[in-house]
Amino acid sequence: MEKGLPAVSMRNITKTFGSDVIANDSVDLDIYRGEILSLLGENGSGKTTLMNMLSGIYFPDSGQISIDGKEVTIASPKEAYELGIGMIHQHFKLVDVFTAVENVVLGLEEKGKLDLDSAAKRINEICDTYGFDVDPKQKIYDMSVSQKQTVEIVKVLYRGADILILDEPTAVLTPQETDKLFAVLRNMKEDGKAIVIITHKLHEVEAISDRVAVLRKGKFIGDLVTKETNAQEMTNMMIGHAVELNIDRPEPIDPRPRIRVDGLTVRTQDDILKLDDVSFTACSGEILGIAGISGCGQKELLEAIAGLQPIESGSISYVQDDGSYESLIGKDPLEIAAMGVSLSFVPEDRLGMGLVANMDLTDNMMLRSFRRGRSVFTDRKTPKNLAEKVVDELDVITPGVSTPVRKLSGGNVQKVLVGREISSAPTVLLSAYVVRGLDINSSYTIYDLINQQKKNGVAVIYAGEDLDVLLELCDRILVLCDGKVSGIVDGRLAEKHQIGRMMTSLGGDELG
Amino acid sequence: MFDLISFIPRAVVQSVPLLLGCTGETISEKSGSLNLGIPGVMYVGAISGVIASFFYEQSCGGQVNPALAIIFPLLACLFGSLLMGLLFCFLTVTLRVNQNVVGLAMTTFGIGFGNFFGGSLIKLTDSEVPSIALSATSHCFSKALPFADDLGWFGKIFLSYGFLTYVAIAIALVTAYILKKTRTGLHIRAIGENPATADAAGINITKYKYLSVCIGCMIAGLGGLYYVMDYASGVWSNDAFGDRGWLAIALVIFTLWRPNIAIFGSLLFAGLYILYLFVPTGGNMAVKELYKMLPYVVTIIVLVVTGMRNKRENQPPEALGLPYFREDR
Repeated sequence: MEKGLPAVSMRNITKTFGSDVIANDSVDLDIYRGEILSLLGENGSGKTTLMNMLSGIYFPDSGQISIDGKEVTIASPKEAYELGIGMIHQHFKLVDVFTAVENVVLGLEEKGKLDLDSAAKRINEICDTYGFDVDPKQKIYDMSVSQKQTVEIVKVLYRGADILILDEPTAVLTPQETDKLFAVLRNMKEDGKAIVIITHKLHEVEAISDRVAVLRKGKFIGDLVTKETNAQEMTNMMIGHAVELNIDRPEPIDPRPRIRVDGLTVRTQDDILKLDDVSFTACSGEILGIAGISGCGQKELLEAIAGLQPIESGSISYVQDDGSYESLIGKDPLEIAAMGVSLSFVPEDRLGMGLVANMDLTDNMMLRSFRRGRSVFTDRKTPKNLAEKVVDELDVITPGVSTPVRKLSGGNVQKVLVGREISSAPTVLLSAYVVRGLDINSSYTIYDLINQQKKNGVAVIYAGEDLDVLLELCDRILVLCDGKVSGIVDGRLAEKHQIGRMMTSLGGDELG
Repeated sequence: MFDLISFIPRAVVQSVPLLLGCTGETISEKSGSLNLGIPGVMYVGAISGVIASFFYEQSCGGQVNPALAIIFPLLACLFGSLLMGLLFCFLTVTLRVNQNVVGLAMTTFGIGFGNFFGGSLIKLTDSEVPSIALSATSHCFSKALPFADDLGWFGKIFLSYGFLTYVAIAIALVTAYILKKTRTGLHIRAIGENPATADAAGINITKYKYLSVCIGCMIAGLGGLYYVMDYASGVWSNDAFGDRGWLAIALVIFTLWRPNIAIFGSLLFAGLYILYLFVPTGGNMAVKELYKMLPYVVTIIVLVVTGMRNKRENQPPEALGLPYFREDR
């Protein structure tokens, strides 16, 4: 393929945080117009950092960036925009209480009066060109994740960007929304724009990109033409050694009902119905997956079981081995945890629930165990040993167990959280988004951990975002749609688009 | 009988310092800076004006030129408040010190600063009472339109005030317009809501924060100046300004960060603040004190109500009180 002059060429880019974290180590990267480039790498491999330097959020310690062959320095996001570079961040950079159009014109220093109406008109034109659907007058907090992402893309296009960077754009989308996004990206490619998509989902790389560039531990490993490579080769480059790409799914051994949920209805404080008449049974030695678009009640369901969410009606009971029932309703979270029900929830910001960012690993381990202490003084030795064990067994990358959790990269934080929850030897493991934002290697470590628990006879409830994983990991999948049970399917037989449809409409029939 | 025609003008003059303080604090808070130093800033604004006018009156021996008598204290007041604003910004924006700590320290400092120089001036005059009277300057500040008296109750309620009253209302209206309708306002609000977003959109956070806080402080400082020169008829006595600065901050919450509402909000607060003077309490101090609590009770009620309604637009700016550092991970 004749490529011509690269739109962006980065040479010898190095960036360090503090004295000991090297995020990028003399990286060379070329980005061409009319091409979609996938930037592939594990967590902490420096993909986002590299792109942040291109979009002016960070400034490189050394190295040279050229745009269309001209050497430039990008000191701020504004200068990046002026050079035609726009980045759609993983965590959306939108002001919630503003409307779409206000967010789009934000930061533009145009002459004359602020004219939101003509800006709205231009937004509609952009939408028509590429096939988006945005209401310029809608408030951001009223929008779905996919709509917010669209606003982000429109914002970048409105500024005339022709080099677009998307940081894990599909992490929060349903398969249908992803297809729509990819169609738009292809339109933009045809339009001669240079597009970089940061991801660690290999099938997406294969679906959308023309070229793949791989980073590993901050270093540029190489680039490949997508058509000429395959998932195994890319993974090997990413990890540095061969990795088995299949998720293990052992047959459940002696499954018995463990948690029975019947007619569960939950309403939030703002009187929004979050769960409506949900019933199911989770069995020991089995992984029950929960699928659904974000915000459709998975979180509330798990919290209700863990005793964190007040419920309106229905029952939740814990079934003992001898078949006797014990209701979990009315028990406080501590009592429920003492019965062996353990919740590991990874929220969008990864740190919100379960771990205290400013405390070190040992202290975070203590959050689970300090109540068991008998004396006035805390026992720091056991949690320290546990922390060391978790670090050791799960390959947590940290300077030591006395490092504040906040300084760890996202994947490592999650390993600490899951490691701690599993260490308490639960009989029911509730896990939500435990691999959110994790790279392949770490994800597989966590799948292994979960499978290990399953083999030990734990009833695992796994709420996840990635349908491919749900389909490979879970024995049964409960699909939620708007807080109602859309159906429970067999993980071995179900098909991805069928679940996708069930997520968006009850039973999944209407759309055929 | 409740005398409305004398009550309203009293409430209006009482409301002006609150309105100016509230407008200033709103601008600052909209940019994400919770400036609890406002009470101190108002003291500094007041005493700066007093110092300037004291020396001007001394130098011309009572025969003041009205224009200069207004300009000197005004400039001194704005300058003093500006310095306080710069101090707040330098500490919280540039050095990223905790805003609450800086704000409270500035309030303590400002009140002390005011009382120290007030006390010094009182010493200089060798007066019998612990206060300074700047009646000539005050006369210029509080001069109402000459025909206001001829218009009966209408003139009394609407036209009987010094020029700063109308300036205060104008500032509130202009501020509301700028915050809501202009690009600058959009940028300021974005910074207060989500600085990372504003930054990624190419807005110069440091510039806007300095600008908002400093202008906010200067407006609030005017409130202090108004209090001494107009409301108190040019009489400075230590600690007389009282807790009006805190009332102004409470008013920001009460008005849901909208300076145009603050015009009425400040009038309501001021009315409640002086209600005890107009309601026959029969010299019962306890009842009097209960009446004085009213503005604060109303603030709490508003907080409860807005908290329950939970409408997103009525919530405080999301990043209020948080320092911003681009490369923070």
